Amino acid sequence: MIRQIEGSLAVAEAVALCRPEVICAYPISPQTHIVEGLGAMVKGGTLTPCEFLNVESEFAAMSVAIGSSAAGARTYTATASQGLLFMVEAVYNASGLGLPIVMTLANRAIGAPINIWNDHSDSMSQRDCGWIQLFAESNQEALDLHIQAFRLAEEMSMPVMVCMDGFILTHAYEQVDMPTQAQVDAFLPPYEPRQVLDPADPVSIGAMVGPEAFMEVRYIAHAKQTMALDRIPQIAAEFAQVFGREAGGLVRGYRLEDADTAVVALGSVVGTLEEVIDARRAAGEKIGLLSIRSYRPFPLAAVRAALAGVKHFVVLEKSFSVGLGGVVALDVRKAMSGMAAVGHTVIAGLGGRPITQASLQRMLDDVMADRLQPLTFLDLNWEIVNRQLAREASMRRSGPIAENLLRDIGQKPAPEAKP
Amino acid sequence: MQLIQVNATAVLWRNVEVIRPPQAVGNAIRLGVDHILQIRIHGRGGQGVVTAAEMLSVAAFFQGRHAQAFPSFGSERTGAPVVAFCRIDDRPIRLREPIQAPDVLIVQDAHLLQQIDVFQGLDPKGHVLINTRRSLEDLGLTEIAAQLPKGHVVTLPATEIAMKHLGRPLPNAVLLGGFAAMTGIISLAAVVHAIGEKFHGDIARRNVAAATEAHAMLADLEAAR
Repeated sequence: MIRQIEGSLAVAEAVALCRPEVICAYPISPQTHIVEGLGAMVKGGTLTPCEFLNVESEFAAMSVAIGSSAAGARTYTATASQGLLFMVEAVYNASGLGLPIVMTLANRAIGAPINIWNDHSDSMSQRDCGWIQLFAESNQEALDLHIQAFRLAEEMSMPVMVCMDGFILTHAYEQVDMPTQAQVDAFLPPYEPRQVLDPADPVSIGAMVGPEAFMEVRYIAHAKQTMALDRIPQIAAEFAQVFGREAGGLVRGYRLEDADTAVVALGSVVGTLEEVIDARRAAGEKIGLLSIRSYRPFPLAAVRAALAGVKHFVVLEKSFSVGLGGVVALDVRKAMSGMAAVGHTVIAGLGGRPITQASLQRMLDDVMADRLQPLTFLDLNWEIVNRQLAREASMRRSGPIAENLLRDIGQKPAPEAKP
Repeated sequence: MQLIQVNATAVLWRNVEVIRPPQAVGNAIRLGVDHILQIRIHGRGGQGVVTAAEMLSVAAFFQGRHAQAFPSFGSERTGAPVVAFCRIDDRPIRLREPIQAPDVLIVQDAHLLQQIDVFQGLDPKGHVLINTRRSLEDLGLTEIAAQLPKGHVVTLPATEIAMKHLGRPLPNAVLLGGFAAMTGIISLAAVVHAIGEKFHGDIARRNVAAATEAHAMLADLEAAR
């Protein structure tokens, strides 16, 4: 049924259709509406049997998820930003133990400075944690990916993080096609754990492993993620058969055939990029777009095949490795190693800065004119950057950076001059 | 002026009844080919600015259109300036940037006119609906109104209408009733439907009454023009 609803509610309803048995929740923007929605369904009796646990922190949320998943319950939670960081130790345990937990990550920047807006710093900080990471372009895809995520997680016995842009998607009202319970039941069989804590057949889960087998356990995690590279597109194809629409998979190309230039991106910015690509195509440019939908496992071969014909590629990402540059760009460059194409990294949209068509057009003009630097920060305000750097060069007690910059852009009154 | 044409196949696909505006009004906005209609709503935290954008998107969807509503993503506090956006189109909406060049502005609090440049980026043929009892002269808006086509800046005493029906100064649904009459983009029936999706019982009924009064007020004004 097609409805006009908030992205968070769409995800909550999709998760409910997956018949989760345990949901643990700790609120943090911009994820809160999702677990609120699920909480209301459990309390209202429409989602049953399901235990909804309010926990005291994100660390507890993931710890409870580990316990319930190990006890054989289909388990779900959601978080964002500092919440993800706070649960990190347990996040690694969930994947290390091979527990098929599904978690929504409503992507949000990480402080300091404190910032509640969207970027991909939070999920990228956990790219090596052993979870599968899928990225949604729209609310429809976010909804669809959750249904696929439970199937994938339980087949592979590994946790899946569904990443959706905080606020831009979670708080957007747009139309979604909500599947029926029968459709979801036809696609997602009941959870059959590969390992389970059962008093009738006791096992221990979480043994200490020394140097004699630790590398092998880690390698098996890698081998399974490699296998997921095959399963992800297969599950997406089966999903398309049952639900009649395309969602998920490893990558999605847009107007890449015959393209000389490609933009590579993930998440909701793909929609805005499609508009820009259409405009430039209409003007005669051979340009296309590659959306990465599975970030972990990273689809090296699919990216390389999709970009095989391009002369330039631009990785536009909402994440940033301080002291190096792009995060996603590293992976894309690895996929393109040995190819002649020239790569560019564009850091954009950090801390919720809007990524506008106008800015993207200017950036692509620079690509076409061969002016784009290998590492570019879209719409960076160089004036306030240089002012702060000059301040630091000229005096020792230059003060806190964030407050200085806010003052420079006029958001805080200048301190009164000292006599 | 011709009324908006709703894409018949899209409507069938969505299996919803299309409710067309009841009558052609003088300033009806037509969705052009390849043109997304963009609406920006200004107000203050607590005035239901975000809810207004959401209800507008629900109303447009009810009429068989694609719509997208989203807030300006601030850490909203009661009383602080808040912006919310709504896009309406006959095709799926892919664009995710904030609305910088709106076709329509809805101003829920006229005091904002002194505080921020609400008109920033407004289309030269754009429409403006302001919640105020005062005249455009009083608000110092004659110059701006003169730059837009005649009748494109409209005032509505939405807070007074809200006080009468709701007993609280919540002008959002009232302004949507006015918006429907002023632009013809959505019908009053669609606004009533959207109010019913957001509110229930007595609160819904009171908001419907308030929106209906506002609609009648501006429809009369348009008819007289």
